Amino acid sequence: MDALTTPFLTGTATGAILLLAALGLTLTFGQMGVINMANGEFLMVGAYMAYLTQQVIGATEISILVALPVAFVIAGLLGMLLEVSVIQWMYSRPLDTLLVTVGVALVLQQLAQDVFGAQGDPVTSPDWLGGRISVFGYEWPHRQLFTILLALGALAGLSAVLKYTSFGRQIRATVQNRQLAETMGVSTRNVDRITFFLGSGLAGVGGVAISLISGTNPTLGTAYIIPAFLVVVLGGVGQLRGTVIAAWAVGVVTAFLTDWTSGSMAQVVTFTLVVVALTVRPQGLFTVRTRSLA
Amino acid sequence: MTTKSPGTSTAVPSLASRLGTYGPLLAIAVLAVVLLVWAPSSLSTFRLNNLGRYCALALASMGIGLAWGRGGMLVMGQGVFFGLGAYAMAMHMKLEAAGPDGVPDFMTLYGDGTMPGWWEPFRSGPFTVFAIIAVPAVVSFLLGYAILKRRVKGAYFAILTQAMAVGFATLLVATVKQTGGFNGLNTFSTFFGANLYDPGVQKNLYRLAAGLVIVFLVILWQVYRSRYGELLVATRDAEERIRFLGYDPANIKLVAFMAAAVMASIGGAVFVPIAGIISPLNVGAPASILLLAGVALGGRASLFGPALGAIAVSYGRSTLSENFPTQWTYFLGALFIVVVLFLPGGVASLWPKVRSLVHARRTRSSSVRDGLDLDDPIPPETGDDLRPAPDMDPAELAALS
Repeated sequence: MDALTTPFLTGTATGAILLLAALGLTLTFGQMGVINMANGEFLMVGAYMAYLTQQVIGATEISILVALPVAFVIAGLLGMLLEVSVIQWMYSRPLDTLLVTVGVALVLQQLAQDVFGAQGDPVTSPDWLGGRISVFGYEWPHRQLFTILLALGALAGLSAVLKYTSFGRQIRATVQNRQLAETMGVSTRNVDRITFFLGSGLAGVGGVAISLISGTNPTLGTAYIIPAFLVVVLGGVGQLRGTVIAAWAVGVVTAFLTDWTSGSMAQVVTFTLVVVALTVRPQGLFTVRTRSLA
Repeated sequence: MTTKSPGTSTAVPSLASRLGTYGPLLAIAVLAVVLLVWAPSSLSTFRLNNLGRYCALALASMGIGLAWGRGGMLVMGQGVFFGLGAYAMAMHMKLEAAGPDGVPDFMTLYGDGTMPGWWEPFRSGPFTVFAIIAVPAVVSFLLGYAILKRRVKGAYFAILTQAMAVGFATLLVATVKQTGGFNGLNTFSTFFGANLYDPGVQKNLYRLAAGLVIVFLVILWQVYRSRYGELLVATRDAEERIRFLGYDPANIKLVAFMAAAVMASIGGAVFVPIAGIISPLNVGAPASILLLAGVALGGRASLFGPALGAIAVSYGRSTLSENFPTQWTYFLGALFIVVVLFLPGGVASLWPKVRSLVHARRTRSSSVRDGLDLDDPIPPETGDDLRPAPDMDPAELAALS
């Protein structure tokens, strides 16, 4: 039983982090066709926010709770800054945003390295996350449970915003048909900007969760960006439901493969599986059916 | 040899249009003189060695220019194919160094001194050369067939190729007993029997790399003006229209993707004896992105842009990172942002802009003097290798995606 529960639970936690990283990507990709390679760096920003709040507040018991909104807002603002300064000039050629944001990612990494040092700093998890809970004989760390709850909370929040607020309706309208949304009086420029804020902020929250598991590191985002993108692509662009399932699947499959082989082989095999899955379903697991050719 | 476009088929081509057609060939000849005659005679062995490495990287970049600039496929994982060629060559040289029936040193260091069976054929030089071309061709065919036939394109394609580079580097690091792991393969002694420490051999290795750049420039020049080259650009700009015309865009793109892979592999194969090492660092995602930087800077759709851009970026990297190691990353990041944002056609797109500016001024002044000069309109179609990439037309791109 243990051989099954352990990878299942740790994989679910990994999937939760991937979900936090991928939610922002799927929003911006689905809505604007923008591929934000700097999204991994917003994870990194979130992790450093957790570290900084801990340095400022001192009390580890509450600092992590303070760090969550701080990371959300700071990473979100950075995302918005990215949209205003660079991305908004490039909506006519979405593929090129990929390269520009690669450049932004490099700059942010080096900036973090210059400010905080190349070594990375530890983030102490509070005592109430230090314990373990017994699940089918596996002593599951609270931290992982916390990560999952965090991701589910973020997902619930995002779904609620999308579904029940007028702003969420504007986002959904823009995703479905930008021109039509504009004719109905939706300011798609504003919508784009706020979507960037939300997506980057969610990545920041994910960064806080990562900092509890592996501390901070200037290049922390690079490890997550590709898996997060594969999650987005696998789940179907702009599809929350698909993203959730894909994130969870990638996390769990990787965890099982890690258990059977090794961490690196698991990564290779997971990537291969995603590519195979995409050749079977090029539009991802879930997709909005349209009659468009592309 | 003369290709006649419908516009010019009526009369004997003028000198200007002939220069437009064969001008690139002239430029290649100038470049050949610089790389093959001037450089070996005036650069120090160290600098020549560096230039040789840049030329090897330029080969991979030229492939990217073909696939991305002309084919519209943003290949973010060319490091994989670069690595396939490089590792094939490195394995052969490793076995050469180990002697007949010998086993590469690192295998006894990390493992039990037994060699995996798939190393064995690389003892043979001809097989290695064959593998350098065949392995990337087969791999890129399988991969390209799988994803291009399913009409995976744009960002999906880019992300998949990038994932491939990450996976490949990870795989290499994980298989320390078979591929040398993180340290890669190094400490070679001979290249097909020639002593690598001999300055004459080093110079010839440089000549090989630079010569290959020239050869592939000529090949690409011919490809770009061929029927296939036109079809490739058409596929890039209006894939659905090409499909409606009865072509299969997947096949057209697949050929470019495979050619790019083979070029990267050849680049990797000449990189190894010059650099003396190949490691996962040379093939992973950051290395692949660095290759893209040169292509973007030089001009993705131009003939010379990718090669010269790659040489410039590699040169800038080694100069800057020697003196200011941290600034280099800022510089590279800024390069991506500035070039893609403001100069999507790369440096190569500056030339036609300047020329049409000059031309506009000249025609304006002459039209004031002589009346309108109808025989000499601004020639946007000549010198098509240096034109800014037509995929920069925002309206068309927006309509496509």
